[in-house]
Amino acid sequence: MSSLEPKIDPPAPGGSCPGATHEHGHALPILHEIRHALERLLAGGESTCIDLHSMPFGPGDLERLTAVLGSGEVQARVEALGPTLIRETAIPGVWLVDYRSLEDQRLSYQIEIAAIPEILRPRPEDLAESLGVLEARLAESGLDATPNASPPSS
Amino acid sequence: MRKRPDKTLGESLRDHGLSRRGFLKLCAATASLMALPPSMVPAIAAALEQARRPSVIWLSFQECTGCTESLTRAHAPTLEDLILDFISLDYHHTLQAASGDAAEEARFQAMEENKGRYLVIVDGSIPGPDANPGFSTVAGHSNYDILMETVEHAAAVIAVGTCAAFGGLPQARPNPTGAMSVMELVRDKPVINVPGCPPIPMVITGVVAHYLVFGRLPELDGYGRPLAFYGQSIHDRCYRRPFYDKGLFAESFDDEGAKQGWCLYRLGCKGPTTYNACATMKWNDGTSWPVEAGHPCLGCSEPKFWDAGGFYEPVSVPLTLGPTTLLGAGAAGAVVGGGLATLARKQRKEEAGARQPVTVDELEQKLSTTPP
Repeated sequence: MSSLEPKIDPPAPGGSCPGATHEHGHALPILHEIRHALERLLAGGESTCIDLHSMPFGPGDLERLTAVLGSGEVQARVEALGPTLIRETAIPGVWLVDYRSLEDQRLSYQIEIAAIPEILRPRPEDLAESLGVLEARLAESGLDATPNASPPSS
Repeated sequence: MRKRPDKTLGESLRDHGLSRRGFLKLCAATASLMALPPSMVPAIAAALEQARRPSVIWLSFQECTGCTESLTRAHAPTLEDLILDFISLDYHHTLQAASGDAAEEARFQAMEENKGRYLVIVDGSIPGPDANPGFSTVAGHSNYDILMETVEHAAAVIAVGTCAAFGGLPQARPNPTGAMSVMELVRDKPVINVPGCPPIPMVITGVVAHYLVFGRLPELDGYGRPLAFYGQSIHDRCYRRPFYDKGLFAESFDDEGAKQGWCLYRLGCKGPTTYNACATMKWNDGTSWPVEAGHPCLGCSEPKFWDAGGFYEPVSVPLTLGPTTLLGAGAAGAVVGGGLATLARKQRKEEAGARQPVTVDELEQKLSTTPP
């Protein structure tokens, strides 16, 4: 049994739970996948989406991954079927997209490697209707009735 | 009046005021739910737009309602989404408002109106045709008669939970009720097994979503389980696997190895011989799962897991592969793991053949002689 004596690593500084601070090694392959996806985006404009829900992460793996990716300048929120939170990482073109339900539970958590995350773009069908929507709203507002009116001077 | 499933899912969702971005999000969540790559989202969107909500009849037999409890805690999509948008749940003892004759009438009406197209979901095992039907009845009819009558014109049957899929706890020796699984009784219809005690809620909804998106049943393994969720062993997807490969094992529940989160193989983890999606889909809204909580996998999605030896005894290791050999295997852990799984399965087959049945009398005698 002596050969099976566990070799215990010293706990990481500042860590309260040794199990949680252990490096499981699952963040690194995802970071390499992001690197390949970025290369494809730069070379041919191809965007990639990685579903973090399907990864066999252990405690702390996701935190390690997001810590390496860091935070960028853009944060966005889409309200459709509950909130979707979009956060740019410190690497331009790499986005964290957090789909949440109406009860604010996570439905899916994805990394998108793209110029703009898909959910932020208007749907083509919506875009096609946008002129009509503007005209309808303009007519509804009543502003269109007096086209030559200028604001009263005080 | 009961809502007829005559609208497409797209129409139904628009009636609910769902925006196009909301629909895209639903499709992204559905892809994630079905363990499909995000690149499939456009195909899923096109299919869901045209899908028609199938009528579903849910039959509960010898069960603990744990499977329904599991489903009602599904968060992606919520049960509400599932009932309102994905399926037309026309009969379910626990969830339907109607009772007595009205409930049974709802079942007959759904069967008549959707002949050849409805899905039957079964949870719980069934006392077989030769067993005393009095062990489990609904409205005075035996489980067996109700099952056979309901599946006659069904498109497919989904056996939810290990009891329905493999007999489960009721079938554990000595099997006093003569419990049988759905696939042992239903031979002329496609049967999809979604085992687990209970199954992961998202796997239940994932199978239904697959049927909606692709209009056919998912690809199954030798035990009738969808490969998308049961295609890989717990061991192969376990975040503790690198410790196994390095030969680092917890030897007890409170030693340093356990605290460091090392492999639970020697504490009885059935991960190498168990096929399920716990390691990635996790439980309680993706919070954790048994191995992450420090407990070995019990193997609840495998046939006869109750009779497969102690929960806290390691899966069988052949004599030629002692602990030292195991440790020496090191980086070749994957090969050894696969080999062990095969050997363990073989041994379980042999054990099953040699196992002595225990009678109820013997059990009662044992209980009466055991000090409290």
